[in-house]
Amino acid sequence: MSEHFDAIVVGAGPSGNAAAYTMAKAGLNVLQIDRGEYPGSKNVQGAILYADALERIIPDFREHAPLERHVVEQRMWLLDEKSHTGAHYRSDDFNEDKPNRYTILRAQFDKWFSRQVRAAGALLITETTVTNLVKDDAGRVIGVETDREGGPIYADVVVLGEGVNALVGQNAGLRPELKPQHVALAVKETHFLPEQTVRDRFNLAGEDDGVVIEVVGSVSSGMVGTGFLYTNKESISIGVGCLISDFAETCIPPYELLDNFKSHPSVAPLLKGSEMKEYVAHLIPEGGYNAIPRLTGDGWVIIGDAGQFVNAVHREGSNLAMTTGRLAGESIVQLKAERKPITEANLKLYRDKLADSFVMKDLKKYRRIPALLERNKQLFTAYPKAMSQALQMFLRVDGTDKRSKESAMMRSVKRARGSWLGVATDMFKLMRAWR
Amino acid sequence: MDAPETPTDGLNIVVCIKQVPDSAQIRVHPVTNTIMRQGVPTIINPYDLFALEEAMRLRDQYGGQVTVLCMGPPMAEDALRRALGLGADKAVLITDRRFAGSDTLATSFALATALTRLGADHPVDIVFTGKQTIDGDTAQVGPGIASRLELNQLTYVSAIDTLDQGKGEIVVRRRAEGGVQVLKSKLPCLITMLEGSNEIRRGSVADMLRAARAELTVWSAEEAGVEDVMMCGLRGSPTVVKRVFAPSARDEQAEMVTVEGKQPAQIGDAIIDLIFAAQPKLEADLSAALN
Repeated sequence: MSEHFDAIVVGAGPSGNAAAYTMAKAGLNVLQIDRGEYPGSKNVQGAILYADALERIIPDFREHAPLERHVVEQRMWLLDEKSHTGAHYRSDDFNEDKPNRYTILRAQFDKWFSRQVRAAGALLITETTVTNLVKDDAGRVIGVETDREGGPIYADVVVLGEGVNALVGQNAGLRPELKPQHVALAVKETHFLPEQTVRDRFNLAGEDDGVVIEVVGSVSSGMVGTGFLYTNKESISIGVGCLISDFAETCIPPYELLDNFKSHPSVAPLLKGSEMKEYVAHLIPEGGYNAIPRLTGDGWVIIGDAGQFVNAVHREGSNLAMTTGRLAGESIVQLKAERKPITEANLKLYRDKLADSFVMKDLKKYRRIPALLERNKQLFTAYPKAMSQALQMFLRVDGTDKRSKESAMMRSVKRARGSWLGVATDMFKLMRAWR
Repeated sequence: MDAPETPTDGLNIVVCIKQVPDSAQIRVHPVTNTIMRQGVPTIINPYDLFALEEAMRLRDQYGGQVTVLCMGPPMAEDALRRALGLGADKAVLITDRRFAGSDTLATSFALATALTRLGADHPVDIVFTGKQTIDGDTAQVGPGIASRLELNQLTYVSAIDTLDQGKGEIVVRRRAEGGVQVLKSKLPCLITMLEGSNEIRRGSVADMLRAARAELTVWSAEEAGVEDVMMCGLRGSPTVVKRVFAPSARDEQAEMVTVEGKQPAQIGDAIIDLIFAAQPKLEADLSAALN
């Protein structure tokens, strides 16, 4: 006996949950399949929740979702071996009724999100891996095969929210294999600290206030990558990620990178006395706009990390995942209501919604950045160092006159890049890619 | 809620399961020293899975029905749904604030009472439990149920040899000190299964869908048939927990051995050198033995 659903959603991460919730809420008969032991057990993120994307799906989420701290301060650090140059932005405006960003623990958040999906009427089965897609003679996707006995399960559309390592789509020939330069490997640890210690160390007045630190520079040991440190209620998440292609080339073990980050003189005091509670690693799609695979076909649609929907420059991913999931869900609901088949042609609806959203607009804006960073690794090494040296010269009072100090500072910037032409070229490239 | 339908023929088997925190992922709060339950995944007590599989094998061979029974908070529904996904037929959750704080005496009372209700139309032939739970580790609840229901109890069973429905007899192998006992018992009886006696099956797609859709039978204390609530929960539990503490970390030190090169032999040599450096006598003894 085989079953037929309106839609099968592969994966119970942010994109899959958003899609399944949107469709189930609209009355569609939805089956969601996740390979994890419980929904979300395989999911990993930093993790920051961007409220807007979730609010458009579950408007009153703040009342019942497990949130850690809302972000009142963002620090951006350029890291050198022994120093950091930082820009900090804190505003009391972030202490609003409906805060804009939160830190979360994904293990708890994902369980909550999944409960909302099931309460909306979607059926969820876990510990079940979708192994392949079932196609009819015309090549239209009509269902999924799983690693359980009992044959395929059929649906009018299969929504692929299977995450970065999108093996189902790849096995079914819908998309090419991931390229190492399009994927980052991130490692993260969660360190326990008493609640009061977290508040004291980060100068937090309100009990739910939080700080996030985003880091570039020596944290990536010359590779294309970034580090982060986020405050949770009674823990700190700290991690670092770099492109797989760079890890392969440098042979630097990821844990070594994280150990160096943790023992950096600017970071170690923040972690002092903490107890490591969790160690995780995950892939992040960072290929950007040019790495986005084909997103739709007859009977299938791709959402979330599987579609490379991550804005690596702004460290945004889960909001893109939720938004693409919601837009795919809405498109399918609309096609169903109009009694139209879920075909490549009709799914133009989804592609148009995407093009119209911040998702595609942002990724398109930064489309040149991934390749630029990959080819200009001096951006991660030369400038943080030069900045640190220049500032140190500026601040140290040692009997040298200021004019001589200024020339020395300029020389140190020039020396870091080899020539002024190099500096100018870097600035030009960056500005061009940013535009 | 009404009791689930019982089979008109074949065996009526009930498996008692418990939802426990995944002990592999338990964390102790560094300040309060209590177990941090938030965010710790829960699982079916692993020993209970051997009981469930054995019950399902009997059902598959002789016909009938396997009901899983669990006492716990409302979230224990996850464990029951999981058991349905593994192939159990029916699931009953007994949940009531008045059950909170139950020790093994109160737990076996509540489960035995619910079992009586489950057997009202068609008597229960076999009650299965795991040999013990991984959180309490007492191995008392199974025997407690047997003694309250006056069932023959077959504990630490490693295999079921034969079952004769006509005669109402079962022959099992039981691990005993110094050997294996082969025991014959009349039905009904209670069996606690030993670990490793079988391997839990993987449910089919149909099982998983049925589990996801199933409406579980949920009973309060009254619905389960409890008349004297003083026998339940904290009030029915003579056991007193005097103190909970996290054992202090042992002082064995781990050492990371770093080796130039990646050849297995080089790594092996480095480790052996390190061991011999710490244990010169071992090295002397070994070389003496080899020469």
